[in-house]
Amino acid sequence: MTIKLQNITKRVGAITHIKETSLVLEPGHFNVLLGQTGAGKTSLIKMMAGLDPIASGQIFMDGEDVTKLSTQKRNISLVHQFFVNYPHMTVFDNIASPLKVAGMAQSEIQGRVEEAADILQLRPMLDRYPHELSGGQQQRTALARAIAKESRAVFLDEPLANLDYKLREELREQLPELFAGRGAVVVYATSEPEEALLLGGKTALMDDGRVTQFGPTAEIYHNPHNLASAQVFSSPPINAASITKQGAKATLDANTSWSLTGPAANLKDGEYTVAIRPNHIMPNQTGRASVILNGTVLVTELSGSESSAHFEMGDNTWVSLAHGTHPFEIGKPRQFYMDPSHCFYFAPDGALVA
Amino acid sequence: MKTQYQKAWFFVLPVLLLVAFNALIPMMTVVNYSVQETFGNNLFFWEGLGWFEKLLHSERFHAALGRQFLFTGLILAIEVPLGIIIALSMPRSGFWVPVCLVTMALPMLIPWNVVGAMWNIFTLPDIGLLGYLMNTTLGIDYDMTQNPFAAWATIITMDVWHWTSLVVLLSYAGLVSIPDAYYQAAKIDGASSWAVFRYIQLPKMKQVLTIAILLRFMDSFNIYTEVFVLTGGGPGNSTTLLSIDLVKIALGQFDLGPAAAMSLIYFAITLLVSWLFYTLMTKDDT
Repeated sequence: MTIKLQNITKRVGAITHIKETSLVLEPGHFNVLLGQTGAGKTSLIKMMAGLDPIASGQIFMDGEDVTKLSTQKRNISLVHQFFVNYPHMTVFDNIASPLKVAGMAQSEIQGRVEEAADILQLRPMLDRYPHELSGGQQQRTALARAIAKESRAVFLDEPLANLDYKLREELREQLPELFAGRGAVVVYATSEPEEALLLGGKTALMDDGRVTQFGPTAEIYHNPHNLASAQVFSSPPINAASITKQGAKATLDANTSWSLTGPAANLKDGEYTVAIRPNHIMPNQTGRASVILNGTVLVTELSGSESSAHFEMGDNTWVSLAHGTHPFEIGKPRQFYMDPSHCFYFAPDGALVA
Repeated sequence: MKTQYQKAWFFVLPVLLLVAFNALIPMMTVVNYSVQETFGNNLFFWEGLGWFEKLLHSERFHAALGRQFLFTGLILAIEVPLGIIIALSMPRSGFWVPVCLVTMALPMLIPWNVVGAMWNIFTLPDIGLLGYLMNTTLGIDYDMTQNPFAAWATIITMDVWHWTSLVVLLSYAGLVSIPDAYYQAAKIDGASSWAVFRYIQLPKMKQVLTIAILLRFMDSFNIYTEVFVLTGGGPGNSTTLLSIDLVKIALGQFDLGPAAAMSLIYFAITLLVSWLFYTLMTKDDT
């Protein structure tokens, strides 16, 4: 089973929600759609599910053109961010509903529902109603329905977003196993870069109704092809600023410049955008983090073993993210240190050049 | 909580007084009449349960009660499915929603005696639009003052016209409260539109439908004005429903004792059927 999207476009009134998107989604690994709210992840999923009309383009499943096929006939599953279970049916009937609709024999339904319930630890809850379950159990019921159906494609639209932290971690760990070896194409939409990295597989970065980059998750994390991709795939947001390149020297402002090496040194002289992830901006000078950035600390956050500081530097606000706790004084000038070997350089049109 | 709050009675008192004045006291006067024989000059003689006994064995009462159940049964059998079908086919959003809702609500806004008069004129064989059309243009013998079947067809049609909207509006309210996500989930499950109706829309409409059926039962079981204005209970006694018979006894014959006994039995039947129905409809609610 593969899903192939060919130049699909979605419009609502005069507004284009999805612009000429092409993708090939395969089974065997997670296909993550990563983008901010409003980037078009849900739209794309709804189009693949046949719930939203397509303005132009085609969708193929296993080579078959399903663009005009009704949702009922596509044999897919969808798990929403909010928990959708039929309120007047027990957990058992909820999991069994697609199988009943398909006219499956009662004994086979029983087997499939119990198998799915075992995988998701819902066995003791089969006789309960959705309103008697916790949020995590409700979402597990929705996932069990998707598993029991054994559909050829499973769409998970931010399925963990409404769960509390602990459950989210737990379910996220289980998810790839749940769908492994089932032959279905799994599409997982999320707005958290970290989640994409944890789930692995392939990731499609989405920004403003476009897929800006698609490929193995780790690869596109390390090699963003354009500024939009680098921005989508970074949390906290990637630091960016315009620089002037002259000879082998990059100049950010009057006080900040560094010498360029490798491909960056061979670029034509002119204006570029530099981008560097927050974890490569250090609060202390180390061997390679040698370029001094003079900033004013605005906000600091301590999250577990990491501490981050937002600092103002000319017109730009940058973020530093480092292990350990570091003394920051809000409103006071402070020096940060950058390792220029981790910088990405983008041309004015946003394309990666070095 | 085992503690008894005596103060609570104090707070309930105004409601008790109100109910006493508008329900209990008038009803007790009816009870008073029902156990006595009344003559002019305010002469009363104790009758005991005699009126009740006679009434329950009276063929006239049985016939009126039968007609009443037939009427209510027929209009429920038509209005409920029809109302659901209309509600299902109404748009869920857009310009036409308010248009549909107001059009639907119009018949319910017309006073009952006006509805009766309208249909009376409408069906007159010589000048009524419907009556003339049926008799002269289509050549069907249709005169509800002569033909009991025509009279029944007319009172049923009138009630369907007047009150189906109530079922429509309540069902529609139930339908629009269903989130899109359920429809989407059903589509993804591969459900047919019948399955969507049976497993999503009907369960969601169940509560409002219970209310709708209950209201329509009570209203149609107590119907008086429209039928009285339209047929006056005729031809013969063919459309003499319980309430019409009751008024004939109470005001036509001025038999206050039997009429009071009949009122109480009438009330008890309405109460009992409503209670039975409500209990059955809500018994498997969780």
